[in-house]
Amino acid sequence: MKIDIILSGVGGQGILSIATIIGEAVLSEGLQMKQSEVHGMSQRGGDVQSNLRISDQAIYSDLIPQGQCDLILSLEPMEALRYLPYLKKDGWLVTSSVPFVNIPSYPEAEALKAALDAVPNKVVLDVESIAKDCGSARSANMVLLGAATPFLHLSYESIEQGIRDIFSRKGEDIVNKNIAALQAGKAVAEQR
Amino acid sequence: MKPLLLLGDEAIAQAALDAGLSGVYAYPGTPSTEITEYIQHSPYSKQENIHCRWATNEKTAMETAMGMSFAGKRSLVCMKHVGVNVAADPLMNSSISGIVGGLVFVAADDPSMHSSQNEQDSRFYGNFAMIPILEPSNQQEAYDMVYAGFELSERIGYPVMLRITTRLAHSRAGVQRKPQLPQNKMHFSQDPKQFVLLPVNARQRYKQLLAAQNDMQASSLNSSFNAYYDATDKSKGIIACGIGYNYLMENFPQGCPWPVLKIGQYPLPEVRIRQMLKECEQIIVIEEGAPVVENTIKGLCYEEGKIQGRCSGLLPRDGELNPDIVAEAFGLDHASAYARPQVVLPRPPALCQGCGHRDMYEALTEVVRSLGDDARVFGDIGCYTLGYLPPFRVLNSALDMGASITMAKGASDAGLKYPVAVIGDSTFTHSGMTSLLDAVNANAPITVIISDNETTGMTGGQDSAGTGKIEAICLGLGVDPAHLKVLVPLKKNHQEMVEVIRQEINYPGLSVIIPRRECIQTAARRKKMQAKENQA
Repeated sequence: MKIDIILSGVGGQGILSIATIIGEAVLSEGLQMKQSEVHGMSQRGGDVQSNLRISDQAIYSDLIPQGQCDLILSLEPMEALRYLPYLKKDGWLVTSSVPFVNIPSYPEAEALKAALDAVPNKVVLDVESIAKDCGSARSANMVLLGAATPFLHLSYESIEQGIRDIFSRKGEDIVNKNIAALQAGKAVAEQR
Repeated sequence: MKPLLLLGDEAIAQAALDAGLSGVYAYPGTPSTEITEYIQHSPYSKQENIHCRWATNEKTAMETAMGMSFAGKRSLVCMKHVGVNVAADPLMNSSISGIVGGLVFVAADDPSMHSSQNEQDSRFYGNFAMIPILEPSNQQEAYDMVYAGFELSERIGYPVMLRITTRLAHSRAGVQRKPQLPQNKMHFSQDPKQFVLLPVNARQRYKQLLAAQNDMQASSLNSSFNAYYDATDKSKGIIACGIGYNYLMENFPQGCPWPVLKIGQYPLPEVRIRQMLKECEQIIVIEEGAPVVENTIKGLCYEEGKIQGRCSGLLPRDGELNPDIVAEAFGLDHASAYARPQVVLPRPPALCQGCGHRDMYEALTEVVRSLGDDARVFGDIGCYTLGYLPPFRVLNSALDMGASITMAKGASDAGLKYPVAVIGDSTFTHSGMTSLLDAVNANAPITVIISDNETTGMTGGQDSAGTGKIEAICLGLGVDPAHLKVLVPLKKNHQEMVEVIRQEINYPGLSVIIPRRECIQTAARRKKMQAKENQA
């Protein structure tokens, strides 16, 4: 078993909390992982990514080679496209459809849609309004994680347990809201 | 025991705690910051009274650590690569004096300059100081090397450098801990001359350092961190240093078909390398940073084209390595299935919305634009270096910590009419105070803006050494109180700021303007903490 994931977004969107939950699930299943993060200057509204590698064998490189990534998981559509050279031919792209516009010449909606349409295997979803609909506007990243669950090759239960572990000290209400968001995201991916 | 999931930086910190650390000394700098933060947040540090307060700069950090070592206890010193330049004076002399309590000096290099002005390779400094260097390939090794590094340092009597790069510092993996060791008891050198580097003593100590090179060689040769994996095909031999080894093995998951020497400890094990040079037709060196090893082994055996690496052009001379670059060097194909679509644009970092530096730049830009070519703005190192980028485009320089003030003075000496320096509060106390003293003594007609957000912002909001003391420091250095102005950088104060900046730029002597407003990131965090405390 080996799965390589690129998480992407804009600095401050919260891709690292997705990585932390997957990490918990990975350790609880007794697998190995390496997860590289971006700290420092880019965190100020720049493009950020995290390479997450999971395997039942030893993992060498912290970075995923080009053309070998199984899953791009992105909180922002243009940021999802940035890492396409890393995606496997039959890999999946799961991304939020909501642009984060903090540069002057951000691409037009049509051009962005056309570029996304050219990727055969994808789930594009409005994680923010789905999160709002299930009463948890701040859990957009959990909606995205939910939409990725069919491609993670980890048991859904261990992801849910990861959320419980990470959020338990914030109280039962926060845990339940995040799990509701996770389930809503999963439902969208399963309807595809 | 379930492994801990740790960043490379955190693995280093955990190892130091487990190895009986008494103090960590550091100035924040990407990618080294998280080492000290981990120790600061560890309950064990509090319980065992382990020193973990930030130092004012890397030089004070290293010197304080030497004081702790003098008293027999174990200390860790951490900094980014350019910080080693600042600490170079005590570092170079620490190998003359040697140590008593174990001292591990962490240099975190940043190839590809993710968050730095250059990509200098700290192994030069380790070799320059003639001390052992340890270079891990993964998080577990980072842990093991720090744990063993303290012991090595005490056994040979010298500081040991741990050299890491950004990728390892900021990547997480499972790490197994070793048994907790107690802190050393206070004890001193038996040799009263050891730390007194008068020429008469230093000459003796230098001979000792030269003689100790044999011990260091022997240690490298026998080190488990330098592993040799033989193979029958000797058409090539690979020397892979630190995380370079990972990129090699990523491309040969079933095992490398040629002999591999994995380097994790320096000085290079010469006997082993001579053997490889004799047996293999060609040597390929995979190392992160400069061609340090490639060029060193040319001194052991020079034959045109035999030794290949970053200097020969087999691998690129600059930038961070990755599995694709290493694949290409071996003629392996890592083709992409998809190209990056043209709609994808760069998304550079920017100052946060609501940041006080923005309001400062709004006012400064307005004044500077009106002065035309007679005005130049000298920047410094921090979030506010982003004043170079749109929408402000106002900075003309960013060289090193503290250089804004001194470069402004130099340009003034050359005849520039309106030199302006922009420096943050933490950078000012790190290296700007002596620059300001030079300017005061010359009454240089420059305007120094100390943009004070009461924190070390760029690295994530660590305590700043000068908080609450900036005016007192300026006045103490001799700044004229009539030309020391404090402002609150807010939109509503824009007009006032423009007027004060214009007035002080026009004043033909030294002025200091301090726009002060707390960093919005640390302010938000503080409010959250307060709310939590109020709840409890």
